[in-house]
Amino acid sequence: MSAVQSTSPVPDDTRRRGPLAEVFYSLLRSRTFLVGLAIVLFWVACALFGEHFAPYDPLADDIINALAPPSSEHWFGTDQIGRDVFSRVIVGSRDILTVAPLATLLATVAGTALGLITGYFRGLVDDVVSRILEAFMAIPVVIVALLAIVALGTSKTTVIVVIGLSFAPIIARTVRSAVLAERELDYVAAAQLRHESALHTMFVEILPNVIPPILVETTVRLGYAIFAVATLSFMGFGIQPPSPDWGLSISNNYGMIGGGFWWTVLFDALAIASLVIGVNLAADGVHGALND
Amino acid sequence: MSLSLVTLFLLSIMVFLGGQVLPGNVGRAILGPFADQRAVDALNHTLGVDRPLLTQYWGWISNFVQGDMGTSYIFRSPVAPFVIDALGNSMKLAAVAFVLVVPIGILGGVVAALNLNRPLDRIISLGGLSVTVLPEFVTGIILILIFGVWLRWLPISAAWPRNAGFFTQLYYLILPSLPLFLVLFGYIARMARSGMIEALDSDYTRTAVLKGLPWRTVIWRHVLRNALLPTITVIATQTGYLIGGLVVIETLFRYQGIGSLIFTAARGKDFPMLESGILTIGIVYAVATLIADFLYSMLNPRIRLESDQ
Repeated sequence: MSAVQSTSPVPDDTRRRGPLAEVFYSLLRSRTFLVGLAIVLFWVACALFGEHFAPYDPLADDIINALAPPSSEHWFGTDQIGRDVFSRVIVGSRDILTVAPLATLLATVAGTALGLITGYFRGLVDDVVSRILEAFMAIPVVIVALLAIVALGTSKTTVIVVIGLSFAPIIARTVRSAVLAERELDYVAAAQLRHESALHTMFVEILPNVIPPILVETTVRLGYAIFAVATLSFMGFGIQPPSPDWGLSISNNYGMIGGGFWWTVLFDALAIASLVIGVNLAADGVHGALND
Repeated sequence: MSLSLVTLFLLSIMVFLGGQVLPGNVGRAILGPFADQRAVDALNHTLGVDRPLLTQYWGWISNFVQGDMGTSYIFRSPVAPFVIDALGNSMKLAAVAFVLVVPIGILGGVVAALNLNRPLDRIISLGGLSVTVLPEFVTGIILILIFGVWLRWLPISAAWPRNAGFFTQLYYLILPSLPLFLVLFGYIARMARSGMIEALDSDYTRTAVLKGLPWRTVIWRHVLRNALLPTITVIATQTGYLIGGLVVIETLFRYQGIGSLIFTAARGKDFPMLESGILTIGIVYAVATLIADFLYSMLNPRIRLESDQ
């Protein structure tokens, strides 16, 4: 984008920033975005390098010290087979931070393509596809996931595909309405007069101009994807053992909650909460920066 | 209306396909890997799963419409009583959540809008938004820890003792309904708030104020009526969400509702149970959407008068 800007006829001495740089600067000024980003980056760092600074092996059991409450030795206590909860919480960010972004990516790619097609062609294609997508959106993700996972078996790929495809219609709806406004503009008419193919007009001419709403929708969806992955893992249909995943750990340990072993679930719950809120704060910041 | 029918049809196809693309076959899944092939074939034939797909779909759906939901693979008895019982339980839980969240959510939104950009508004808006984005099982776990384990005010399981009266059941349902409450509160309060802001900013409100009506009358008779219409639609669209939430909450609290019925059926690969459960909530959703449309047109004079002419 900046390359395009430098060759544009805008005189250099005005020192105007490109639109993307503008967004970037207003993001840096947004406290909401920075706080959200800091939380997310913290968990990304844990996902990447967690095992190097986790005090224990997150998978190593130690039956003699099972269900030990938090102490100076085990900051967050140990779980029912003596694994260190602190180490598990740190390393537990890895799987959810792989699966949720991939699902969001899939949703964005599929949703953008669908939105461009329905918005650009309108007419019958739009009517039929949009009705089906709307109907599909009314079905809760948990139900779709339950069905797909029972039919196809549990794997990270299934989870990514299910969440990705469930979210695609929502992104498609956003992209479609943006495309509907864009396609009336002169540059689209110019491309059509040059006899550019529909594919070229959609993906080369229109797409770059509808990036902002796509970006906002993608960041918002990432929050929901984390929500969905955590929920599916908790239900036993998401990330599978022996991963120290947060949702999975809660599902393995909450049965003993009545016995007062709160440390086996509380820290995982707080970890999920902080990640979801962090992503949503960042998304809020992106939304604000792009709509100023 | 037509949309919810399309949703329902799509759902039935998905449910049916989900049941059919199952790896391995049903007879094998029930009888286990060491059963004789002839026994497996015979069971498949008895269950009717060796017929062509279209025949099976038609048979299944036409039976379902007539109230015959098939026979559970696991319990070897008709599915319908299980589904009806579970649906009743889920309705109780959903009702408690709704009765709590609708007035409180609307009140929150209205109070926030009347204190626009003041601390109270910030607290309600930000608080509502933060709890809305959290997964139900996360808020559920934290609430269980606070009210069930540390304070010991509320039971941590929703399974009430046999023959429990209305108030005992209510007591057991408070904790499970709270996570649903928290998620819905954010949505409802946000809609009520933005509806209020718009109505407060409108010409008719200014007219009402300028002609000297008391502030109370302006709010009650002019602002609230207009502000709350969109909120009703939001509440109705949340039934779809609520159903998804029930699956999680009922599992977490070991409550015998339709959500945990679907969950258990999915784990046990009990297809008739799973299919009927999901289709039943699809119907509930369609009916809820219909009622919302009806309510909306009843409350909105512009639509009501149009249809009278």
